[in-house]
Amino acid sequence: MFVRHMNKEELTAQRAEAWREELRRSRKAKERTDIPRVKMTELDPAYRVTNKEEVNCGLTREQAVLEATRCLDCVEPLCMTGCPVEINIPKFIKNIERGDFLAAARTLKETSALPAVCGRVCPQERQCESKCFYVQKLKKDPIAIGYLERFAADYEQASGEVALPAMQPDNGIKIAVVGSGPCGLSFAGDMAKRGYRVTVFEALHEIGGVLKYGIPEFRLPNRIVDVEIDSLRRMGVEFMTDCIVGKTLSYDDLHEMGFKGIMVASGAGLPRFMNIPGENLNGVMSSNEYLTRVNLMDAANPESDTPVYKGHRVAVIGGGNTAMDSVRTARRLGAERAIIVYRRSEEEMPARKEEIHHAKQEGVEFLTLHNPIEYIGDERGRVCAMKLQKMTLGEPDASGRRSPVPIPGAVETVEIDEVIVSVGVSPNPLVPRAIDGLEVTAKGTIVVDADTLQSSIADIYAGGDIVRGGATVILAMGDGRRAAAAMHEALQKRQGA
Amino acid sequence: MNKIVAKEHFSEKVVKLVVEAPLIARARKAGHFVIVRVGEKGERIPLTIAAADVEAGTITLVVQAVGKSSSKLCALNPGDYITDVVGPLGKATHIERFGTVVCCGGGVGCAPLLPIVAAMKAAGNRVITVLAARTKELIILEEQMREHSDEVIIMTDDGSYGQKGLVTQGVEEVINREKVDLCVTIGPAVMMKFVSQLTQRYHVPTVASLNTIMVDGTGMCGACRITVGGKTRFVCIDGPEFDAHQVDFDEMLMRLSSYKDVE
Repeated sequence: MFVRHMNKEELTAQRAEAWREELRRSRKAKERTDIPRVKMTELDPAYRVTNKEEVNCGLTREQAVLEATRCLDCVEPLCMTGCPVEINIPKFIKNIERGDFLAAARTLKETSALPAVCGRVCPQERQCESKCFYVQKLKKDPIAIGYLERFAADYEQASGEVALPAMQPDNGIKIAVVGSGPCGLSFAGDMAKRGYRVTVFEALHEIGGVLKYGIPEFRLPNRIVDVEIDSLRRMGVEFMTDCIVGKTLSYDDLHEMGFKGIMVASGAGLPRFMNIPGENLNGVMSSNEYLTRVNLMDAANPESDTPVYKGHRVAVIGGGNTAMDSVRTARRLGAERAIIVYRRSEEEMPARKEEIHHAKQEGVEFLTLHNPIEYIGDERGRVCAMKLQKMTLGEPDASGRRSPVPIPGAVETVEIDEVIVSVGVSPNPLVPRAIDGLEVTAKGTIVVDADTLQSSIADIYAGGDIVRGGATVILAMGDGRRAAAAMHEALQKRQGA
Repeated sequence: MNKIVAKEHFSEKVVKLVVEAPLIARARKAGHFVIVRVGEKGERIPLTIAAADVEAGTITLVVQAVGKSSSKLCALNPGDYITDVVGPLGKATHIERFGTVVCCGGGVGCAPLLPIVAAMKAAGNRVITVLAARTKELIILEEQMREHSDEVIIMTDDGSYGQKGLVTQGVEEVINREKVDLCVTIGPAVMMKFVSQLTQRYHVPTVASLNTIMVDGTGMCGACRITVGGKTRFVCIDGPEFDAHQVDFDEMLMRLSSYKDVE
């Protein structure tokens, strides 16, 4: 599934270190497997919908050590095959078990630029945790790898001893990164480690991309992202906000400025709409607009100049993580009814299980197997109702999920005063359009080599949603990492030649 | 952070700001806009660039104090900094030798019209400029317009300067008099709607530069979406200029009032 960089001998050698051997022998496997999976402490739903505090409280030391004890330190750590950035999962977990939390954090940082972020937003149940021996062979709940990752990263942040990874000496070669989201940051970190002089260009006024404008505070606090960005700054990465490559600076400008490699990680950007009647009524907006107003512009704060609707009956169209973020935000902004409208069943929802669970706890209603076909406005052009077509599940489609089919004549009208459309994004054409000769697909994503992520122009690489069209934080980070390795290799070859 | 190097009051509520922005000054073309934010709690608002000086590394913005954010911007003085200025955004105006071009601007819309007038003239067009405002003191940039136009027609609602009447009357006068190959209009949405209706009657191709609500200005939010020829388009990346005859101005006017009761 993912390209492997970690050498097997290295893994085996690390596993054979005396402390790991000793730790493994310290308890019988049965003792470990008898421990139930840890439960994350969460804020009470009634309390948390009144504010934007983080819902998951994190593990205590005791909880973390006990959970780490469950891990069997497998000879063949299958969990790692599920991680797009190839974290040495057993090594970091065993460091937690022996109480060396800072060493655990350092292990994470060997391959991940943003461990505190991934511990919170990765769909672990479909990645590392789905491959865990407990799931595969024991039919038990997997090790809570995501919770442990967050624990180690948070512990390090709180200790004030945030370590920088080992750095190669400055090689003087300038590299430009377009976009400061998860792909750009992960790429920047890996290149800085290799001794490159990295400058990240960001179109918005804040660094972090989707981590700042998209994912809400209650799921990923900004201060967590800022500590990670600060680490990159300390590694010498420079950031330039309010600068759009392709607009403020051209591709030629970057060459003139001496950049030898360019990583395009500009994100997906363009929100999709459904092109149904009434979609341009006031009160109907994209999840990008809604979340950007609330997260990036802090619009719910009375001191902010940016306005936002605070609907009483809010419908969010879609079943992904962004839809869950939007609907839960609407509850926090005071919506009495906050409704997910999704055309398939809950089974097919792409959102993380935990987000769906949290949304339900917070009183979000789920209208699954419903699809909006029209929005109705009042005399002032404000949305006041939506017509929903009821659906049933038919045959599996290209995505392997059973496709929704309308039930003839089954249409109902629901009164609402705000609609947030969260049905996906298309690639932002701004950057691709501005670079002559850059090959793009019919959908507008940048064409890259599947292994190296090199585009049709030799010194331009690309990754994340501008290539994938719309994926996850961790896949974007994995792309950043792979592109960094490939660009480094290409530049070295050129230097050697 | 971008420093304001000069400020001029065109009228009580309309100011001209010259702002340090060397990269934008170098990259911008007629028709481009910037997104501006004043203060850490500030809103992101789009403003069309009125002029640029590459050597001095500055751009010129003409701002009318209408809401909270534009008033904040107008209150800044030389030496003050604008928290964020990003751009140039949008597609540049399509400039070529069309023949005779009527450029009509209303109120503060005359500022972004100026670079288009100049570029159209430089491309060899006969340029007739129609400037309109409520009253004499709100007519701006007349002298600069005259420099780049073959003729300038001034219209005021109250007749205090030029001819008494609306911008459409000035444009119609020209159309009745000679063959017009293209009309370019920038101003309040309602004005552009009526200019568009007029030129449609006379089959004069017309370009309107739209100023809608935006958040990021780079295609990300979709707040600026309008209907053009029955299709939803984003002003920030597909525009800001569109075939005026295809624009649903009534929907645009409705959408401009989106946040009236929230602000």
